[in-house]
This record gives sequence, C-alpha cells and structure tokens, in this order.
Amino acid sequence: MGNLLEHVGIEKERLHFSWISSAEATKFVDVVKEITEKVRALGPNKKLKKQYN
Amino acid sequence: MHTYTEKIQALAKDIIKQGKAEVVIGFKMGTIPMASNPFFAKNEEDTDKLIWSSTCGLNLANYLSNVKEIDGKIGIFAKGCDSRNIVTHIVENKIQRDKLHIIGVPCTGMVDKKKISLSFGEEITEFIEDNDTLIVKSATKEEKLNKAEFLRSNCETCTHRNPVIYDELISDLVEEQVIEDQFADVKKIEAMSSDEKWQFFDDLTANCIRCYACRNACPLCYCPTCFVDESGPQWVGKGQNDDDTKTFHYLRAYHCAGRCTDCGACEEACPMDIKVRNFTRKLNKDSFEFFNWEAGLDINQRPPLDTYQPDDPDDFIM
Repeated sequence: MGNLLEHVGIEKERLHFSWISSAEATKFVDVVKEITEKVRALGPNKKLKKQYN
Repeated sequence: MHTYTEKIQALAKDIIKQGKAEVVIGFKMGTIPMASNPFFAKNEEDTDKLIWSSTCGLNLANYLSNVKEIDGKIGIFAKGCDSRNIVTHIVENKIQRDKLHIIGVPCTGMVDKKKISLSFGEEITEFIEDNDTLIVKSATKEEKLNKAEFLRSNCETCTHRNPVIYDELISDLVEEQVIEDQFADVKKIEAMSSDEKWQFFDDLTANCIRCYACRNACPLCYCPTCFVDESGPQWVGKGQNDDDTKTFHYLRAYHCAGRCTDCGACEEACPMDIKVRNFTRKLNKDSFEFFNWEAGLDINQRPPLDTYQPDDPDDFIM
C-alpha cells in the first residue's frame, strides 16, 4: 500500500508503518515524534483531499 | 477467417456432442467491425457462431466467477492470460478444477482497436485478418497493416502467450517472447518526483466517467458488493470528484495486488481509453521484485499476500 501511494505521488514520508506493543510507551512516543517532524517538514498535504463546494 | 475459428467450432461441437461439457464459453462475432462478444454455446447449433480473432481481447475467465447455476462441466477457451486467471480462480476457490474443460489457445497477441481506429482515421466498415496482416476497409479506402505494430501494450510485453493449464490445445504452442525489461513503463513513472507523479495520474484519470467497465471486465473483481457500490458505509463518493475517482482506481488496483495477470481486459473495456494498467503494473512489479511472483502460474501455490514467510520484506516498518 505504501509503495502504491508513493507511486501515485503521495510523499513517502507521510505514510509510516510501525509495530508497537501496548507495553512500549517510550517507543510509541519516539515514533510519533519522528513522524510529526517528518510530516511537518513536508508541509500541509494538498493531495487526495476532497474539496466540498 | 482466422485459422483458429474452424478448429474452435469443430472442437466445441465435439465437446458438446460427447457431453464433455454442458456449455462452452468462447467469442462470437460482434455487431460492428473489430468487435467480438463473449458467448456461451449451449448446443451444437450455437457452436457455429463461435469465432477466434485478434479482437478477442476480453478475458473469458471473468465469466467463471458466478456460474453456480450450471450443474455440469464448463468448457472454456483460454489464451495465456485467460488461463492464468482460471488458475487464480481455482486458487481462490471460485471454481473447482474438475468442473472445467479448458481448451488452450496459444496466442500471438491481441490488437489495440483504438490504436487501429486512430491510425486509420475513417470509420471502419470491414476488418479482415490474414495471419500477421490486418486488412482494414472503409467506404473509401483500404489499408494493410502489420499486426505486430498494433498489438495491445500488455501483449507487446507478454511472456505467457501459451496457456498454463489446459485439457486440450487448439494448436501447437507458440514461441514465447523474450522481453528485456518487463517493467520499463513503471520505472519511467518511478523516476518522477512526487508532484510529477501526482500530475501524471491526474491527467490519466481526468477523463474517467466512473462507468466501472474496467472493474466489470476484470476477472478479479468478483466481490458481491464492490466497495464503490456500498452505501452503508459509503467508503467513497459516487460522483465525478477527482479524488473519489482516484480513490476508486487506487483501491481497485490494490485489490488486484499479487493477483493481476496483466490481461489488459480493463483497458480493452474502457470507453475513454484510460490506460488503467498503469495502476496495476506497479503492483505487478512489486510482487515480482519482493516475492518473485507472477500471478496464476500454478494451482498449487498460494499467492504471496496470502502466506507468511519469515523472510518477507519488512523494511517499511519503522
């Protein structure tokens, strides 16, 4: 799925997969921080965003 | 008349006469030049209507998806790609192998009808095939075309022209093509930047009218209710909104991951000439590169997305 989305033009840094156990609180925090930084660097998403008008 | 047509009629007649199958699925002549319709021959007279030509590009495996009302065996003519989709149907338990009598048709490629119409320019009134030469006539002119130049793009890069599963064959097997770079078209898109890719697919689907002909022609799309038809919950908008249209194409492609045989029926069916295969091709490439998998080659192998192997690629998990 990630590869297909990247193929059609969604930046690959926007989509992340991770495997975190409910006991791994620190890993969860680290992953979320990392993702947030990467996505913030890309700026707001303009693709595949439905306009209702 | 195509050389296979007589053999096909004789063979189908024989199959029905001897009771090897209750019905034989093939093609009959369409009502306009270059058209062929899928056809169920149910008795001996019907078999005279069967034909074979380079316009039989639709995938007959599609008609095996919901055949519960036929009690006896089903005869079916299968090109290389059709046979691979029959294998996929068997693997996915859509039909049992012993319910089928498969007549393999070694294929030398199907023609791109839209390409012929465009290059010819005028309204075609007659289309005759003489081995590798296509004779196209209109009211005012006649042209002889070389079939090799007018093959469908999936037939150009096809490496499975011979059926992979059959009970009998209509002729000797044909030589398989050797393709240097199977996925050159996908690599071209992969080399683009994100924005270029987005623009490419934007332009590609711009003309889509959401008629779902691609889905209906696809042997893989046999869900009783397709996600685009579902109204509770409504997964995707039903109008002509660009993003809804794209969502349909992306998800349909993804549902075909590791199952698509690149038969080209979707593009064949598209009335707006959208190159729908651009979506599924990427997934075919990934299946091949990650799992060394080509769909529908062996009824004893489970598809890669259906099985777990300890060495499955997992670099995408952070």
